[in-house]
Amino acid sequence: MEKTETLEYTYKDFASDQEVRWCPGCGDYAILKSVQKVMPEVGIRKEDVVFVSGIGCSSRFPYYMDTYGFHSIHGRAPALATGVKLANPSLSVWQITGDGDALAIGGNHFIHAIRRNVDLNILLFNNRIYGLTKGQFSPTTDLGQKTKSSPQGTIDNPFNPGELVIGASGHFFARVADTNPKLMQAVFKEAAKHSGTSIVEIMQNCVIFNDKVYANYTAKENRADHIITIEHGKPMLFGANNEKGLVLRGFKLEAVTLGENGITEEDILVHDAYEEDNTVHMMLAKLKMPIVNGVIRAYKDDTFEMRLKKQVEEIERTSKFKSVNDLFTSGETWEIK
Amino acid sequence: MGTTAVQELDKVVIKFAGDSGDGMQLTGTQFTGTSALLGNDIATFPDYPAEIRAPQGTVAGVSGFQVHIGQTHIYTPGDQPDVLVAMNAAALKANISEVPRGKTIIIDIDNFKRKDWEKAGFAEDPLESGVLKDYHVIEAPITSLTRKALEGLGLDNKSITRSKNMFALGMVYWMFSRPLDYTERFLKDKFAKKELIYEGNVKALKAGYNYAETIEALSSASTILPADMAPGLYKNIMGNEATAWGFLAAAEKAGKELFLGSYPITPASEILHEISKHKHFGAKAFQAEDEIAGITSAIGAAFAGDLAITTTSGPGLALKGEALGLAVMTELPLVVVDVQRGGPSTGLPTKTEQSDLMQALYGRNGESPVIVVAAKSPAHCFDMAFMASKLALEHVTPVVLLTDGYVANGSQPWRIKQVEDLDDIVPHEASKNMMNWQPYERDTASLARYMVYPGMAGYEHRIGGLEKDHITGNISYDPRNHEEMVRIREEKVQRVANYIPDLEVQGEESGELLVVGWGGTYGSLTTAINQCQAQGRPVGHAHFSFIKPLPKNTAEVFGRFKKIVVCELNNGQLVNYLRGELPQFDYLQYNKIQGLPFRVAELTEKIADILAGK
Ligand code: SF4
Repeated sequence: MEKTETLEYTYKDFASDQEVRWCPGCGDYAILKSVQKVMPEVGIRKEDVVFVSGIGCSSRFPYYMDTYGFHSIHGRAPALATGVKLANPSLSVWQITGDGDALAIGGNHFIHAIRRNVDLNILLFNNRIYGLTKGQFSPTTDLGQKTKSSPQGTIDNPFNPGELVIGASGHFFARVADTNPKLMQAVFKEAAKHSGTSIVEIMQNCVIFNDKVYANYTAKENRADHIITIEHGKPMLFGANNEKGLVLRGFKLEAVTLGENGITEEDILVHDAYEEDNTVHMMLAKLKMPIVNGVIRAYKDDTFEMRLKKQVEEIERTSKFKSVNDLFTSGETWEIK
Repeated sequence: MGTTAVQELDKVVIKFAGDSGDGMQLTGTQFTGTSALLGNDIATFPDYPAEIRAPQGTVAGVSGFQVHIGQTHIYTPGDQPDVLVAMNAAALKANISEVPRGKTIIIDIDNFKRKDWEKAGFAEDPLESGVLKDYHVIEAPITSLTRKALEGLGLDNKSITRSKNMFALGMVYWMFSRPLDYTERFLKDKFAKKELIYEGNVKALKAGYNYAETIEALSSASTILPADMAPGLYKNIMGNEATAWGFLAAAEKAGKELFLGSYPITPASEILHEISKHKHFGAKAFQAEDEIAGITSAIGAAFAGDLAITTTSGPGLALKGEALGLAVMTELPLVVVDVQRGGPSTGLPTKTEQSDLMQALYGRNGESPVIVVAAKSPAHCFDMAFMASKLALEHVTPVVLLTDGYVANGSQPWRIKQVEDLDDIVPHEASKNMMNWQPYERDTASLARYMVYPGMAGYEHRIGGLEKDHITGNISYDPRNHEEMVRIREEKVQRVANYIPDLEVQGEESGELLVVGWGGTYGSLTTAINQCQAQGRPVGHAHFSFIKPLPKNTAEVFGRFKKIVVCELNNGQLVNYLRGELPQFDYLQYNKIQGLPFRVAELTEKIADILAGK
């Protein structure tokens, strides 16, 4: 949804009077703050914003936003949010979800919301664990990881959310770490601006049940070399001094160092987030080292609501029935005197 | 019409049966339409093949259409046919046990060759074996006569053969003195761009009519005079269509857009189909990815201010259970339609049953009261869809509307309503000048909360599935608050009794026996009670459309009778609900669980037994 108008809000206007009840040190706090900070810049009136969630630690989120909110049931928020948006397309609808909520119990709704491309902004807090139920593995838990419900280690393969989103014909996918508020805000703003379903995966740390799951990427000493932040139209560079980059070798992305083996900046891939073909986006989403942050895919297309509107106008033009009363008296009728 | 005197009949039941490719549904609806225009009262029921792609000529592939017309009031499609049209051996095999001896069977002998009757599962040639000896059988070479009649028209063989249903229809038209013009008009419209096919069909129709006259198919043609129906404009309507229209009317009356979230399921899908056609009436038909998304999308739409509904059948209601609980907890207006079919599990998808009542009342976790209402007949689906919407919006609570496969697929004349004839619907909403509005503040009379919708500035609030404070709606784990909220949610539903009509009694107002039913058995029970009364067996009949809450005068009505028998197409669901709600009465019960409606004869026999003290 394109919004240009800037309203006189500060982030405090978006904080509700409810006490925030996540564990101290939980990554959710930083995400909440970033969302509250971004809202005034998105330029939507508070009363036109709806936060919808399912069940899980992250799904408490709507209570903390001073907007309209609906804390629904486990996994079903994409469908509920779709209903809100279709009932009133002028609303800005956000869905807060987690890896269990979106990818396990709600997997079906998640992929179908994406497929339809309703204008929803979905923030997926991926901590790769079940927090609220106290420590079972989730669909994104690393293979072999020991948890309460996998004391010998998991034996099921994890989902990569980006791969799933793009595979479900997703038009917008971004990834960001909860340790990077600046990028979170930038990416949330892009998601809000994108018309269609936007998914932002947030690498979120659960201090209690899966602490440091992303430390290999987000720890100060690792960040520069293990995360690449990409931006549309810019070469895909990373490293403390942007001395590394991504190139395409055959059908694979490869991390290279400039100056080594004759590599120059010319050889580095330039990011095209708007490209319809998702092949490179898929490779970026799947890359494990470095992991890709930023807006990976932002392909613009008609939304479900736009198509619905067109269809309604078409029926209006062609239908024999101009009113419900017309319909009721249509077909063969007879009069009894 | 020849010179033979035309015999007047009170009513007649005709069943058209043939292979699923033989066009029997069309034939049946044509007979229905023609008779409706003549002013008869009508009820119809289609009998679709059990399997979609059953082999041709087998019993599994037989498609039928039963129509009951009368000059007196007709409440059911009829127990048993007076005339069976069997287009092939399988159609005879599938239906003969339903036709009482002495009645008329028209058969197309062209499809009764050895291979035909073997395929149909007859051990011997039915024309020889004597199975037809007690019937008035009209053996007509329908297929070959149709071919002959259409010779030289330039139609291909397939189109010629396909016209044989019109030949059969023509015969029946003669037998019951029906004019051909309605069907001729219909064919002209249908084949507007296929002149040759139109001509072929009309030729076949007329040939059939003339043939019946020539052979004097019945000793004389009969007729059924117009029924004595309330004045007005009528049309024939199917139950599912009426349900869809009731919602369209309710949305318009409430000044709201309609949102339907639904997943296809037999026998409810036609409601989704019908609303999908009329999106320009502000009716958003959303085909969701599953039953759960059907209801949760509707809940989202209700929160955002639409008249929100979801439609399904039994298995779907089971899937929606958790979300329906969410609508109870958040107190949102929502209508769930369950077109009941035989269960449990996949059960009998194309057959009827009343076995979801307990599920509708109690099939959720926690104390989870909803309003439960039911439709009595195809046309009554319109009224109940409208009423369910009104109650949901005015009382801010979910409503379950129960119909069933029998009512949903059946049709009857509907006295056309216009939006301005209907009751007002006033959604229970916060007004702009309400001071210090709180999400769970209530109307003191109805206990309904005041809705506000996203987009209204200054009313931003959060709701959800966690227990909430009884005023602010904030999460509350306070034990006393929880108990209070449980009681309020129940009381709110009970107070709906102040806004619904009293329970009416037909037949005797008091006395020996009260026959109690609910929903789709209305037609069978009414016919049975009328017959009992006519035979001098005094009984009363009370039929529930409002089940939770019960009408306020229910106990008073029950108290007027010595005996009460509750008749249901299940193993005793309403009766056990009544035993819980009104334990001061003794209840007899009569249950049928065969996927079929009650037969009038079964009911009258049961009633006679009870009256005789058996
Ligand atoms: S359990 Fe983990 S995810 Fe949940 S609030 Fe605590 S730290 Fe956050």
